[in-house]
Amino acid sequence: MNQAIFDRVRTLLGSASTGKSGDGIAQAAPDSTDGISATLALAKNEGWRVRIEGRGSWMPPNAPADLVVTSLGLDRVVKFAPADLVATVQAGISVAALERALTEGHAWLPIDAPGRPDRTIGSVIATGTAGPLREGFGPVRDHVLGCTTVTGDGQVVKSGGVVVKNVAGYDLNKLQAGGFGAFGLLTEVNIRLRAVPASDLTLIAQGGRDALTAEARRVIETKIDPGALELLSPAVAADADWVLAVRLIGGAEGVRSRAKQIRHDATVSWTALTGDQASALWHGAARAFLSGATTIRLGVLSESLDEIIDLVAEHLDLGLLSAGTGKGGLRWSGEATVEHLTRLRHVLAAREIPLTLERAEWKLRHAFGHFGAYREGVGAVVSRLRSTFDPGAIFQVPLDGTAVDG
Amino acid sequence: MPSLALAPPRTIVDRAALATALGRIVGDRWVRHQASELRTFSADGLPTHQSMPMLAVLPGTREELIEVVRHLHRSGIAFVARGAGTGLSGGALADAHTVLIPLTRLHRILRIEPKTKRAVLEPGVVNARLSEAVAPYGLQYAPDPSSQAACTVGGNVAENSGGPHCLKYGVTTNHIVELEVILPDGTVTRLGSPHGEPWGPDLVGLFVGSEGMFGIAIEITVRLVPLPQAVRTLLADFMAVRSASEAVGAIIAAGIVPAALEMIDQACVKAVEASIYAAGYPTDAAAVLLVELDGEPVEVASDGASVERLLLAAGARTVRSATDPAERNRLWQGRKKAFGAMGRLARDLVVQDAVVPRSALPDVLDRITAIGQKYALTICNVFHAGDGNLHPNICYDGRDAELTERVRAASREIMQACVDAGGSITGEHGVGSDKLDFMPWIFDATSLRMMCDVRRVFDPAGRANPNKVVPVFACREWRAGGVS
Ligand SMILES: Cc1cc2nc3c(=O)[nH]c(=O)nc-3n(C[C@H](O)[C@H](O)[C@H](O)COP(=O)(O)OP(=O)(O)OC[C@H]3O[C@@H](n4cnc5c(N)ncnc54)[C@H](O)[C@@H]3O)c2cc1C
Repeated sequence: MNQAIFDRVRTLLGSASTGKSGDGIAQAAPDSTDGISATLALAKNEGWRVRIEGRGSWMPPNAPADLVVTSLGLDRVVKFAPADLVATVQAGISVAALERALTEGHAWLPIDAPGRPDRTIGSVIATGTAGPLREGFGPVRDHVLGCTTVTGDGQVVKSGGVVVKNVAGYDLNKLQAGGFGAFGLLTEVNIRLRAVPASDLTLIAQGGRDALTAEARRVIETKIDPGALELLSPAVAADADWVLAVRLIGGAEGVRSRAKQIRHDATVSWTALTGDQASALWHGAARAFLSGATTIRLGVLSESLDEIIDLVAEHLDLGLLSAGTGKGGLRWSGEATVEHLTRLRHVLAAREIPLTLERAEWKLRHAFGHFGAYREGVGAVVSRLRSTFDPGAIFQVPLDGTAVDG
Repeated sequence: MPSLALAPPRTIVDRAALATALGRIVGDRWVRHQASELRTFSADGLPTHQSMPMLAVLPGTREELIEVVRHLHRSGIAFVARGAGTGLSGGALADAHTVLIPLTRLHRILRIEPKTKRAVLEPGVVNARLSEAVAPYGLQYAPDPSSQAACTVGGNVAENSGGPHCLKYGVTTNHIVELEVILPDGTVTRLGSPHGEPWGPDLVGLFVGSEGMFGIAIEITVRLVPLPQAVRTLLADFMAVRSASEAVGAIIAAGIVPAALEMIDQACVKAVEASIYAAGYPTDAAAVLLVELDGEPVEVASDGASVERLLLAAGARTVRSATDPAERNRLWQGRKKAFGAMGRLARDLVVQDAVVPRSALPDVLDRITAIGQKYALTICNVFHAGDGNLHPNICYDGRDAELTERVRAASREIMQACVDAGGSITGEHGVGSDKLDFMPWIFDATSLRMMCDVRRVFDPAGRANPNKVVPVFACREWRAGGVS
């Protein structure tokens, strides 16, 4: 550990907020946005490279850095207005703690991100990792009403607001959701909530992949608005077969009727799960992705799902894979080399499908980049945005990668 | 010190030479420079803001548009894109140093892809025409501004427009998956992907709502949604505005997300009922709530019964309910024609736009009534109650300078009341030039400066829609003052 950096940070924040990371780097855990701001301003002035961390349970916390800044000191619900179904929370609060707090107010955040429930909400938003509920409730960005972000030179920037509809000023929230921390460290977010639904039913069908994707397309045609309609590989579902899982959310009568509609004319056999079984399935699926070292996501629509899964199989494998079959979005986890991923990214780019690297060890992340090759003209915009939000280039976030030829 | 100004360049321009050069690109008849021709483009429905452009050029193809923007870049001239000019925030206005580019000739729907539920279109396509075109496939384009018969999807993208049905379906930003844009320096690039996953950082999300200041959207790929299986519309009337507001909260708290949840107050109901659009709304009611549910038939029926119970429990005097299209249209008639009806009351109409937390609706509506009384103005409210998006409307005669001043002062006070309640100065019409002064009420200097800096990423010279959204001169002062 660099003792000089440690000492500087301790002088700034005090001993309680200063420590050492798992890999022996000086670590700052400020408990306020101002503390984060002062820390990052110092880092910029000193030319330190900074790694942003939450719990470290999703993204491997191994980017080389001079200083680790963690959001774990920021773990409070700042304000929760159940009547308005909005909350302001600090970015370091865990998803599980947030869920508990919301349940008391009969509210619910429909994001079921992959990973462990102790993941921080900041990490979910920064990596834009939606889960199967994306089908019914939209991607992560749709739940973010406002952000407080600290830039790479310590400026505190607020975007959006706390109301559910708002077009005042440019929508800088969108850069933070899924920006992988390249545009600043999120310290606080205003989130949009839902009332806890009266009924939440999961049905599953097991079988061969082709039969299930065909059934998924049929379900979409029935217009029953599922909360999730997810195809899970056997390893993700912890099942002998592929599983198609549909989650119906809403009023009790409506959910019953929609379940009936799914079964009517079904080409596969559907089974309703108990609440505990459903919870085990969805939580298990969320955690399953951690058993692969590398996770990627692709945008895929139901029409091309079969073909794209085949491509993934050809370039990687069919181990840990799940796909939202309605609005799209495929997630894969496993062991992959930069060469394999690069080839897949190129093949997909030709079909206008972006491949985002969600998590991986630093070496791979650095070489491959979260986004890699952009479309023409986009790379220049992204790099100008980065220098706007991080003028000293202190954040160790490999958006582009080094090994990709574009 | 390098020039940090984002203010528009004031290039000395030979107007006649420019008109000739642009005429070579689009054809002479599509360049407008007579005052009589330019008057049409001098406002955007907001009577308090008017401005005459240097000239207007109307490209007829994508290639012509690109050529026009590149020519203006080479000449260092500022420009403003314009759709149908219904923006209501003074956003699509250009001044005597600025060229206006109306995009209404770019009105082709290029592709409809029912299988992937996508449509690709030019920016000048009128919103309602898109939904009409996709209806035969059982699809709709969900964002439905009340101005949808006129406004363009390009304008919707720039404003991140909403509409009554956005409560359930989301606003424009939730329905745009890909954009081809031309940056002010003439670079053409594609943001997003048709698959709905952003390609890199979410630049589509950033571009949507940028009010024409990042460049011009030249091709738009939208997400379509299926037409619902069943629809039920309920109309409830209340003797107190507060009860109607409380009913709104009760419906949402019950976990029901109506497709639309609109409120029309007594002043507005009276205007509608006195007009040719009379819809049979009770004129003695303090407020009327219009609730629409759509989706799976059994769910719509059971949610409909729950909503009816909640409306009555909150004090509704009567609840009418309809499922067949003709009857539903009758219930909607008063809401849809409200602006037209109010427009008949006086020579000018200011339609305001602000948002408050839902729970603040009763108090803020009381406050708006008090502001109306203070300034001796009649303020009618017709608005998207489900998401707290208010539209206080003030009828007046713009020829009366003293009255106009009172309208301005009242509008300002209403905005202040909404901000004090934890709300925002605009929910869907944008900041434009109308609300520049209010931006510092909700954003601090650092955040506003960051917006200037992001704008500079797309438009370093500040030539696209200058002087809108962020108060640029103030921005320059903050820089000079070394705010960091
Ligand atoms: C009666 C009435 C009711 C309304 N109801 C609603 C409502 O319910 N919800 C709502 O959200 N709005 C509503 N509006 C406001 C307005 O209709 C919307 O903001 C609409 O999106 C504007 O579209 P337009 O084509 O008229 O754009 P314009 O007013 O012409 O332009 C608006 C802005 O968009 C920019 N722009 C236009 N085209 C492009 C492009 N291709 N690329 C980049 N920038 C571009 C312009 O520079 C300008 O800044 C209403 C307006 C009226 C008059």
